[in-house]
Amino acid sequence: MHVPDGFLDAPTSVATGVVAAAAVAVALRAARHELDDRTAPRAGLVATFVFAAQMINFPVGAGTSGHLMGGALAAVLAGPWTAVLCLAVVLLVQALLMADGGITALGTNITLIGIVTVAVGWAVFVLLRRVLPKRLEMVAPAAAAGALASVPVAALLFTGLFAIGGNAPVDLAAVATAMFGWHTVIGIGEAVITGLVVASVVATRPDLVHGARPLIAERELVTRKVVPS
Amino acid sequence: MGAGHGHRLFFHGHGPIHRAPAHVKVLALLGFMLVVVATPRQAYGVFAVEALVLLAVIVVSRVPLRYLLPRMVIELPFAVFAVLMPFISHGPRTDVLGVSVSEPGLVAGIALLVKGSIGVLAALTLASTTEPQDLLRGLQRLRMPELVVQIMGFMIRYLDVVTAELGRMMTALRSRGCDPRSPRHWPVLARSLGALFIRSYERGERVHLAMLSRGYDGKLPQLEKTS
Repeated sequence: MHVPDGFLDAPTSVATGVVAAAAVAVALRAARHELDDRTAPRAGLVATFVFAAQMINFPVGAGTSGHLMGGALAAVLAGPWTAVLCLAVVLLVQALLMADGGITALGTNITLIGIVTVAVGWAVFVLLRRVLPKRLEMVAPAAAAGALASVPVAALLFTGLFAIGGNAPVDLAAVATAMFGWHTVIGIGEAVITGLVVASVVATRPDLVHGARPLIAERELVTRKVVPS
Repeated sequence: MGAGHGHRLFFHGHGPIHRAPAHVKVLALLGFMLVVVATPRQAYGVFAVEALVLLAVIVVSRVPLRYLLPRMVIELPFAVFAVLMPFISHGPRTDVLGVSVSEPGLVAGIALLVKGSIGVLAALTLASTTEPQDLLRGLQRLRMPELVVQIMGFMIRYLDVVTAELGRMMTALRSRGCDPRSPRHWPVLARSLGALFIRSYERGERVHLAMLSRGYDGKLPQLEKTS
């Protein structure tokens, strides 16, 4: 479901390419703080995981299926900057080696799927983490809410880009309504799967969940005296 | 893994396009597609010339069309949108085969279909004639940031490992009566994905330690041409 060549005109494609390049450059600097010298191998494997997770389709009704975008999921699991890098690399590999998503639309795809979903998903997640009780069980619902918000926002932004550089005389209000409604449904699927995946990782390896680190740091080691029976 | 195995779309061959340096091919694809995207939507003569140029490159590359054409199904979702365009657009109406459709919508739909198809076919041509390792070297020559090239290298290297692991998990689920597509079984599916994330991340840790013990210092020496 990536944007192909020719969907948006050349100036819009180039402009989103510049935005994507700038954001990836910022992420390159910032990701070093999230992973330090281990960045490349781990981010590479997280990217591979995101790609594999995107292969799973789920039905969204009317005989069609959507698949996970994984922006919010990657942000909560690996940290937002690493997530931007991972999704950008996934989209790059898909465009160059799998003919999925046009090469001129690569900037658009990275901006929408790699940056907007990660930014929205992470922002909602951090906000909820601050509001909700500081318990590990709250990480998964917060991640799900981030995922739920990220998909329709990306769809609306796509509609905005379509309004600027779209090559079709379509009624924009209708497109916006259809995109928003449709992607809210996809967003629910994305939210449920993101929440469940995060919950399962939090249950087994909470130390690997980047979004759970502040909560783990607050936990104190409790020692109890064993009463001999 | 490593060079010589190719990837799923790679078509083994020794034609001139296969031998051309990857960075030239990537730049050619980008330039070509920018021209295609910038072509006015009713310049059908120009589209014909662009399609002929692409077909000429495919003929020279000796990748058979019957290999490339079935793989174009990847653009199907947007082809559906392009076909719908004449019906959902407004503007003056015109009759096509007795059906009233929007004229600007028809023009836009055709242009979208033509540009998208040329794009997919051109991208398939690059993918079918370029080894992943050559592509990485090409991107390195194009001054792609070292870290991005490395992450991409790891992704390409472990793509088959991780997707095969996912495939085995899905086989195991199905053999126990689980249908991963059904929302009823999403909790099981999600736990599998969680396990896949942990395995992938831990594999990344092991790979990193293994590389450190072999003198890794943040650069990948084997990306230089070794043949």
